[in-house]
Amino acid sequence: MAGLTHASPTVDVVPHQGRRRRISPGLEAWRKFRRHRMAVASAAILTVLTSAVLLGPLIWRVPINEIDFTARLATPSWQHPFGTDDLGQDLLARMLYGGRISLAVGFAAMAVAIVVGILIGAISGIARGSVDAVLMWITDLFLSLPQLPLLLLVIYLFRDFLKNWVGPEGGVFILIVLVIGGFRWMPVARLVRAQFLSLREKEFVEAARALGATTPRLVIRHILPNSLGPVIVAGTIDVAAAIIAESTLSFLGLGFPPDIPTWGRLLFDAKDYLDIAPHWALFAGAAIFLTVLAINFIGDGLRDALDPRKVM
Amino acid sequence: MGKYILRRLTIALPSLLGISLILFVLLALAPGDPFGELATNSNIPPEVAAALRVKFGIDDPILIRYVRWLMAMLQGDWGFSFASRINVDQLILQRIPTTLFVVGSSQILALAVALPVGVYAAMRPYSIFDQIANAVAFIGFSLPTFFTGLLLILIFSVNLGWLPFVYRTDIAATGWLWYWENFKQAIMPVAVLGLFQAASYTRYVRSAVLDVIRLDYVTTARSKGLGERKVIVKHVVRNALIPVVTLVALQMPAVFGGAIVTEQIFRIPGIGSLLISSILANDTPVIMAVTFVFACLVVVFNLLADIIYGWLDPRISYR
Repeated sequence: MAGLTHASPTVDVVPHQGRRRRISPGLEAWRKFRRHRMAVASAAILTVLTSAVLLGPLIWRVPINEIDFTARLATPSWQHPFGTDDLGQDLLARMLYGGRISLAVGFAAMAVAIVVGILIGAISGIARGSVDAVLMWITDLFLSLPQLPLLLLVIYLFRDFLKNWVGPEGGVFILIVLVIGGFRWMPVARLVRAQFLSLREKEFVEAARALGATTPRLVIRHILPNSLGPVIVAGTIDVAAAIIAESTLSFLGLGFPPDIPTWGRLLFDAKDYLDIAPHWALFAGAAIFLTVLAINFIGDGLRDALDPRKVM
Repeated sequence: MGKYILRRLTIALPSLLGISLILFVLLALAPGDPFGELATNSNIPPEVAAALRVKFGIDDPILIRYVRWLMAMLQGDWGFSFASRINVDQLILQRIPTTLFVVGSSQILALAVALPVGVYAAMRPYSIFDQIANAVAFIGFSLPTFFTGLLLILIFSVNLGWLPFVYRTDIAATGWLWYWENFKQAIMPVAVLGLFQAASYTRYVRSAVLDVIRLDYVTTARSKGLGERKVIVKHVVRNALIPVVTLVALQMPAVFGGAIVTEQIFRIPGIGSLLISSILANDTPVIMAVTFVFACLVVVFNLLADIIYGWLDPRISYR
C-alpha cells in the first residue's frame, strides 16, 4: 500500500533496498530554517548578544556602580566605549549587566506563558464540553484584558509584599516574570487547543487508543509532540514581547529598583539628558531594538521551518 | 442588525463583569490593609477604628464586598482621589478626551498607512515593493514605542526644534492658531503610536488580501469586465477586512498599553499618565478606576469590531 501516492510531488522516492537516508524532523526543519537568510543572520546576532551579555562582564571588569564625577555624561571613548551616565558610571558595564536581566526575564516569562498555555490548551482540547467552554471563556476574557494597566496594578499592589518575602531583586524578578507570563499564555492555549482538536481525530491517535494507551499517554507521547511546532513559534515571539514588556515597565519607572540597570531603566534615566547626552539613550534603545528584531526574525524563520503544510 | 448588536452586548457584559471581578479580587488579595493606618494612629481610639471597619464592611465576605463595590461603581460613586482632592470620576472625565483623541487619530493613521500598503503589497507579492514593505514593517513593530518616542524628540524637538515635546491643553491662542498648535503638538505622539500599529496591521492586511485575491469569485469579477480598481476595493478588500478587523480588535489592549507609554513620554495629560502618576502617589482609588476604564474601553472597542463585522459580512449578523 505504502508508496502508491506521495503526499506531495516533491517527495523523493526512497529506494527500498540498500542504505536508506533518514532525515530526522529536526534536520529537515534546520534545512528549511537555513533558507530564511534574515533568520539565520538574526540567530547569529542573538548568539553574539547573548554571549556578550553572559561572558562580557568577565572581560569588561568595570564595576557597574563606580561613580566618577570627573567623567560625567562622557561621550564614547576608549576608556568608556559606550560613554558614561550622569554619575560617571560606565555604560558598557551597565548595559552588559542589564542585558542579563532583560534576556532572563524574556526567556523565563516565555517559559511561564508556554507552560500555562499548554496546560490550559491541552485540558481544553482533551476534555471538550463544558470544561472546554469555561476555559475558552477565561482565555477570551484574558485576551480582552488591558495588559499594561493590569501589569502596573499588580506590581503596585504586590511589590512590597514580595520585596519583604524574597528580597528586592528576586522579588521583583519573580513578580515581573509571573505577571508578564501570566498575561501572555492565551495565544499558546488557543493554538494548542486547536491542534489537539484536530490531532485527536487522526488515525495514529486512534491506533494508539485501540492498542490500549491511556489518555495521559496519548496526550504526552502522541498528541503533544505533534502540536509543538506552532507553540515554538509563538514562544519565540513571546520572548520578544516579554522583553518589550519588561523594558516598558522599567521605562515607566515601575520595574526593577533604580540600582538595577536593565535596558528599559537605562532609557528611563537617559530620557532627561536627551539634549546633552543622546548616546546614553541610543545605546540602550538600540540594544532592545536589535534583540527584539532578531527574535522576531527567528520566529519568522521558525514559522517557515516548522509549518508542516509548507511543501518546499 | 439590531438583534445582532443586542446579542453581542449580552456577550460583552459578562466579560466586563469578569474583568471587574478580577480587579476586585486582586485588590482584596493584595497585602496591606486600607485601614492599617488607623490602627497605628494613636489619635484614633481602637473602638472608633473598629466602628469604622464595621461601617465600611472591611471584614465582610469577599463576595458581599464585591457586590457592594460594583453597585457603588455603577451608581457613579468611584471614590475620592487622595492626591488630587477631587472625585475620581471627575478626574477621569477631565482626562479621557485627550486619550481618546490621541488613540483615535493614531488608529486612523495606522489604518490609513496599513490598508493601501498592505493591499498594494499583496497585489504584487514578492515584488521589490512587497519586500521593502515587509522589512519596514518588521523593523516597525520591533521598535518599542518608548524608544521611537525618544528618537523623535531627539530629532524634531532637540536637534531641529520644529515640534514641541510637552503636550499642553492650555494653549493661549484662538481660532486657526489654536488648531495649528494642537496639530503640531499631536504629530509626534500620534505618529509614534500610529506607525507602530501600522507596522503590524500592514502584515495582517497583506496576508488577508493574499488569502482572498486568488479565489474564484475574484476571477469572476474580473472576467465580467469590472475594472481592477473596483475588483480590489469592492470585492477583495471588503472580504479581506473581516480577519483584519478581528486582529485589530485583538490589538486593542496593546494599543492602550502603547497609549500609556506615549502619554508618559510626551507628558500628555490623558488617563494613561494619570495611571502612572497615581501609582507613584499610591492613589489606590484612581488606579483601580483607571484600570477599569481601560478595561471598559477595550470591551467597547471589541464590541465596535463586532458591529463592523456585521456590516462587512451580513451573513454573520443573521446567524
